[in-house]
Amino acid sequence: MIHTLQQIFHSGKFKLGFAIFTSLLAFIFIYPIFIPEAPLAILGQGTFFPPGIYVNVYDSLDTSKYIINQEGAAKRRIANKLSEDDRVAIKEYLVAAGVDESRIDITNTDELLQQWKATFDPKRSIKGFTNAKRNYYIRLNTALQSLYSTGPAIIAVNDPETNTLLESKKVTVTEYVNVNEVPTVRIFPLGTDNFGRDMLTELVAATKTSLQIGFIAGLIATLIGLTLGLLAGYIGGFVDDIINFISNLFIVIPPFVLLVLISFSIGQEQRGASTVAAVIGFTSWVWTARAVRSQVISLRNRDHVNLSKLSGHSIPHIILTDILPYIASYVIMAMILQISSGILAEASLSILGLGPKTTEVPTLGLMMNWAMIYQAQLQGNWWAYFPVLAVIALIAFSMNLMNTGLDQVFNPSLRD
Amino acid sequence: MAEKRKLCLSAKGLTKVFGFGKTRTVAVDNVDFSFYEGEVISIVGESGSGKTTLSKMLLGLINETEGEIFFLGQKRDIRSQRNKQEYWKNIQAIFQDPFSSYNIFNKIDSVLLDCIKMRGGGNLPKEKKIEMMREACSFVNLKFDELTNKYPFELSGGQMQRLMIARIFLLKPKILLADEPTSMIDACSRATILDMLMELRKEIGMTVIFITHDIGLAYYVSDSVYIMEHGKFVESGTPDEVILHPKQPYTKRLINDVPKIYEEWDLSTVG
Ligand SMILES: Nc1ncnc2c1ncn2[C@@H]1O[C@H](COP(=O)(O)OP(=O)(O)OP(=O)(O)O)[C@@H](O)[C@H]1O
Ligand SMILES: [Mg+2]
Repeated sequence: MIHTLQQIFHSGKFKLGFAIFTSLLAFIFIYPIFIPEAPLAILGQGTFFPPGIYVNVYDSLDTSKYIINQEGAAKRRIANKLSEDDRVAIKEYLVAAGVDESRIDITNTDELLQQWKATFDPKRSIKGFTNAKRNYYIRLNTALQSLYSTGPAIIAVNDPETNTLLESKKVTVTEYVNVNEVPTVRIFPLGTDNFGRDMLTELVAATKTSLQIGFIAGLIATLIGLTLGLLAGYIGGFVDDIINFISNLFIVIPPFVLLVLISFSIGQEQRGASTVAAVIGFTSWVWTARAVRSQVISLRNRDHVNLSKLSGHSIPHIILTDILPYIASYVIMAMILQISSGILAEASLSILGLGPKTTEVPTLGLMMNWAMIYQAQLQGNWWAYFPVLAVIALIAFSMNLMNTGLDQVFNPSLRD
Repeated sequence: MAEKRKLCLSAKGLTKVFGFGKTRTVAVDNVDFSFYEGEVISIVGESGSGKTTLSKMLLGLINETEGEIFFLGQKRDIRSQRNKQEYWKNIQAIFQDPFSSYNIFNKIDSVLLDCIKMRGGGNLPKEKKIEMMREACSFVNLKFDELTNKYPFELSGGQMQRLMIARIFLLKPKILLADEPTSMIDACSRATILDMLMELRKEIGMTVIFITHDIGLAYYVSDSVYIMEHGKFVESGTPDEVILHPKQPYTKRLINDVPKIYEEWDLSTVG
């Protein structure tokens, strides 16, 4: 036993797969201890906040101020104030006023504003521009003047008695707050999803449910496949014929089609995570059963089985002690594959909208489904789907690595 | 022999066919025989002649395609698991390949303990069981105390076959089917193992069906010899009749194939 374990951990592939998988597991279990938040709690009003540190503006006013003179701060401030729309509008004016288009770079704030200053003339009328448009550019020009203003901003509160604004604070351009001192800061390491939920918290919970689904599905599939395979292989005859008939049915109808049909007929309301897991398990045992059956057939006429018969052992005893241990390594490998394909099956089902019902727990597949429905990929909100894909890939990759590693241990001809 | 010989194992029209169509092989082809109690019967034939298949049928490990087997003069009925287990108390085997005969996950003492249980000794006190196992091991020159907690694959081929004999020692069956028990081991342990088998046979008075391809060996150990070719018994009788006065060309060839140590090799035919 210890020897086998040593051999297993001697395989580099298994070690790598095992390391990836256990760190994933460790993260899933440690994360909720530090951030015990409901994974489906809606925090943000709005969709797809990008990853980053969010500082409460209101509270930062009351946080102690530090004066810092930073070179380049003014430049960045102006660049930040000039919105994308304004830049495009400026460009349009410049082009219409005869500036060479190749010389205009709307990402270069400094140059753009200089070109604007040199070209803009409120009195000049440009062909094709309506009056309204001319007025718009005049307003834009005034607004651009204020870009350069460095006067303090005044924070006022409403006096309810007199209904007038009272100056309460002044904020100057060189004032800073320390983020650590602001009492209300929220970090979204992976941003938020379309409902404004913290992606990372959700992802951790989803990984956990998906692993559970995969594990339950793999366990069910392996148990069914193992039992039927053992019976068909060892007893043979009529039992074998019946089991063969059932497996052939499952092979003729591709398991995924069956999965889709069953999930659909169960209905959205009845589909909890464990139901989906069970359905996946019940539709994917066929190959395990087939493989176990053929292994048992090659084993049942071996001399050690004959010796066991001659020693007066019963059929169940022979199956459990003379057949099962010989195929155990194979069954474990098959189960690892079943688990990872169970996770993938859940993801595929959920993307089609046939996954577990959406109100209880997140799963990796559901997260993909949400990202897809809210078109995260079209808006460039990579954080809504890329981490999910990465986790799915990581799970499948690590499990397959472990599997190949085991294969090398159990099947000496594959050792490198 | 003066006293009346008692029938022990016999068969009529025994046939075994593997596969069908193009892959159809008749491994045992319509054989009849009568084996008598207390004798050593040798079945001799070249590789692939169907010796192992015949012995598996006699053991009830594979079903016969056709024909009948009689045990102690009665038609054998081992269709139920219960009858089978009862039958196997009377007939035991030593297989051809010791390396595949043991379950690699079971320790050696469990092999011997199973034998004690089968003889109804499951409830004996532990000391008594250990004493029985020690006795069985010392009969075959193995040290029981060194074997406990070891696995069969940690033994040599010769030691494994000796452990098999220790099994028989504990089981004391009426019939032993020894299927080329020495073909996978070196010549030196071969003699020891044969000696042990013959001694054990004397001790518990069992019938031994000895399967071999070595006709010389059959001559020395057996009371009757059966020659098997392509699943058929082509010649049978006492060793003197069959081996000293062979009638069939196949038997003559088998005899000529035995290398004779004192004969000079004719090297002119080589190369
Ligand atoms: N399970 C099986 N399925 C199909 N054919 C078989 C099977 N077992 C044996 N045979 C065939 O039956 C024939 C007899 O085989 P068997 O093992 O009885 O020979 P043997 O006399 O014991 O040979 P050896 O001296 O090599 O052990 C062979 O042609 C073999 O190919
Ligand atoms: Mg053989």
